[in-house]
Amino acid sequence: MGIVIKSDKEIATMREAGRITAEVLRILQENVKPGMKTIELDRIAERELKRLGATSSFKGYRGYPAHLCVSVNDEIVHGIPGERVLKDGDVVSLDFGVIYQGFQGDAAVTVAVGNATPEVKRLIEATRESLHKGIAAARPGARLGDVSAAIQGYAEAQGYSVVREYTGHGIGREMHEDPQIPNCTEPPYGLKPGTGPVLQKGMTIAIEPMLNVGGWRTRVADDRWTVHTADGSLAAHFEHTIAIEGDEPEILTREK
Amino acid sequence: MAKKEAIEVEGTVVEALPNAMFRVELPNSHEVLAHISGKIRMHYIRVLPGDKVLIELSPYDLSRGRITYRLK
Repeated sequence: MGIVIKSDKEIATMREAGRITAEVLRILQENVKPGMKTIELDRIAERELKRLGATSSFKGYRGYPAHLCVSVNDEIVHGIPGERVLKDGDVVSLDFGVIYQGFQGDAAVTVAVGNATPEVKRLIEATRESLHKGIAAARPGARLGDVSAAIQGYAEAQGYSVVREYTGHGIGREMHEDPQIPNCTEPPYGLKPGTGPVLQKGMTIAIEPMLNVGGWRTRVADDRWTVHTADGSLAAHFEHTIAIEGDEPEILTREK
Repeated sequence: MAKKEAIEVEGTVVEALPNAMFRVELPNSHEVLAHISGKIRMHYIRVLPGDKVLIELSPYDLSRGRITYRLK
């Protein structure tokens, strides 16, 4: 398929898609509280999409049944909202994407429900920071492996492991475009620093580190979607859609 | 939404089926149903039973794949 370079005009539309993604994600975060069912977040996402004139990237994607992914505790990504009730101290990843005027935005945050332990706070902050380390490395002229190395280097220095089998991705008219954005450097999953495609202006990519307290291995639940840590340890996940620009990459899904 | 890393494996073509579909046996003796990639079709590369091929499996359905390369 190859990497699709976007024009300034296309990036302007993606900026709108990103803004909507970030706004809904902010509203979702504010609504997370102990005692709520995760399906309630799905209803909020549906309502906000309608209000903002966008549609969900996720609903119907390969048969995915909801507007967003809600992944709790040892669930890393692709958790399906349902009857599960959030408890004080749970770690919740909210992953959400929109389609607006034919273009996609995709972002994720992890929040603690109610009162978080210091360990949970540290995991969440390390994951957020590893995303920003990855973004900072995504300059024109750098190679994709430099982004992977920046993410993994930071995450492992903090004592966490990075998930291998799931990656970030190019994004544009499709949610998943080339290239894959690995969060590690070891083959066969990863890209060593200095290897991989050269980043250039007009590329739009979604970077999404997934960090586990325990090992990096995963298992998929019987619903064929929810990805858990193999050892049952806690996981966190952050994601932004960015555009490769001049010196600094532009975060299209930045919270205002 | 995170992308599941595509899985590439080598296999041996067992049988050519209609519509450019092939039955391919994997080293773990699993069999998958594979179609051929556009590039192979475009360059009119013949894929015959007995050929070793590289196939890309879909992480969502491991019984189906796409032949991306005919190995020597």
